[in-house]
Amino acid sequence: MEAIYENIFSIEWQQVVMWIIGGILIYLAIRRQMEPTLLLPMGFGAILVNLPLSGAVTQVYDGVAEVGVIDLLFDAGIANELFPLLLFIGIGAMIDFGPLLTNPKLMLFGAAAQFGIFFTLSLAALVGFDLKDAASIAIIGAADGPTSIFVANFFQSNYLGPIIVAAYSYMALVPIVQPPVIRLITTRQERRIRMAYTGGQVSKLSRILFPILVTMIAGIVSPRSVALIGFLMFGNLLRECGVLNSLSEAAQNMLANLVTLLLGLTVAARMQADAFLNPGTLLVLGLGLVAFVFDTVGGVLFAKVLNLFLKEKINPMIGACGISAFPMSARVIHKMGLQEDNQNFLLMHAVGANVSGQIASVIAGGMILNFFG
Amino acid sequence: MEWNVSRFLETLPYMLKGMVGIFAVTLVIIAMIWLINRLTGGKQ
Repeated sequence: MEAIYENIFSIEWQQVVMWIIGGILIYLAIRRQMEPTLLLPMGFGAILVNLPLSGAVTQVYDGVAEVGVIDLLFDAGIANELFPLLLFIGIGAMIDFGPLLTNPKLMLFGAAAQFGIFFTLSLAALVGFDLKDAASIAIIGAADGPTSIFVANFFQSNYLGPIIVAAYSYMALVPIVQPPVIRLITTRQERRIRMAYTGGQVSKLSRILFPILVTMIAGIVSPRSVALIGFLMFGNLLRECGVLNSLSEAAQNMLANLVTLLLGLTVAARMQADAFLNPGTLLVLGLGLVAFVFDTVGGVLFAKVLNLFLKEKINPMIGACGISAFPMSARVIHKMGLQEDNQNFLLMHAVGANVSGQIASVIAGGMILNFFG
Repeated sequence: MEWNVSRFLETLPYMLKGMVGIFAVTLVIIAMIWLINRLTGGKQ
């Protein structure tokens, strides 16, 4: 009985705040269906690790450390970057690069929309973060959860928890974040630009060679990113080779689901009140939003600059799809195009730019690792 | 929050190098796609 009272009285207000944050994440996952596969386990994990003397995380009892299962999973799956990489196999198996292969120019938007990463890097440095933390925060702009985890963990950032929360939350908030930014920097006339789709068939050999060659190019240019891009492209090769359908399906479904489940729960290891609740967390969340906004700005403005030289104009909203939040961003732009002109079908262009963002964000992650690793 | 202008200035070359680097890799990949589409007679 005494022990129960002792536990109850050892509850700290910071832990209660974390329960509330965990509750909000669960609410957003269930009620708003915002990235539920990740936000729900993260929300539950946040409550789990912030219970007084929680046995889910490592505690010292009578001078002896008892390793908690969440810490064990963290060391086994995130500290060595295993979970994000395994998740990338599943993501690679889900992506159809066909629209990109039929119109490779769309890759330029993937590159332009990484601007938010480098803008945020400078901004985070300006507000006082050291370079490795600034780089880890900036990578939220990759709009790519596994890359954010990989890079932040590589730099052993003190803000791993907030970075992951920000990355996944803003990915879910793309339909809210991107449209006002796009409207602010484009005219109605520009948003009504129609783009003809002239897509054709892509040969099976092209689809097979693509993941192999991209891995080789990215690996040679940025060796540190080779694991990221390699696992993504390996997943894609499973999909496209045509002889490993069962493995491809396993990667898309079982592997991706299992790793996502463990990843979400394990991230909670860095959501303990003492590490999470500090002014830095708020700054990280703010900078993450800046990164998403400037990704969008970079992509759209790049398209507008291209239009100065092109005969056949590009709808600048396509530039905003260069972020890695797939397929959310493509859907948002397609919908915006239809709102402006109900005969303007931008989906295939948007998807092409969006999948190119997936590749470009990983390359950007590799650049960041090369610069500061 | 502590403003650090010198660190900010230190990161500006990385912004330039990073964007140039991403565009360079992207152009190589675009050239590669164009080439494999040509060689395999892929895009019809």
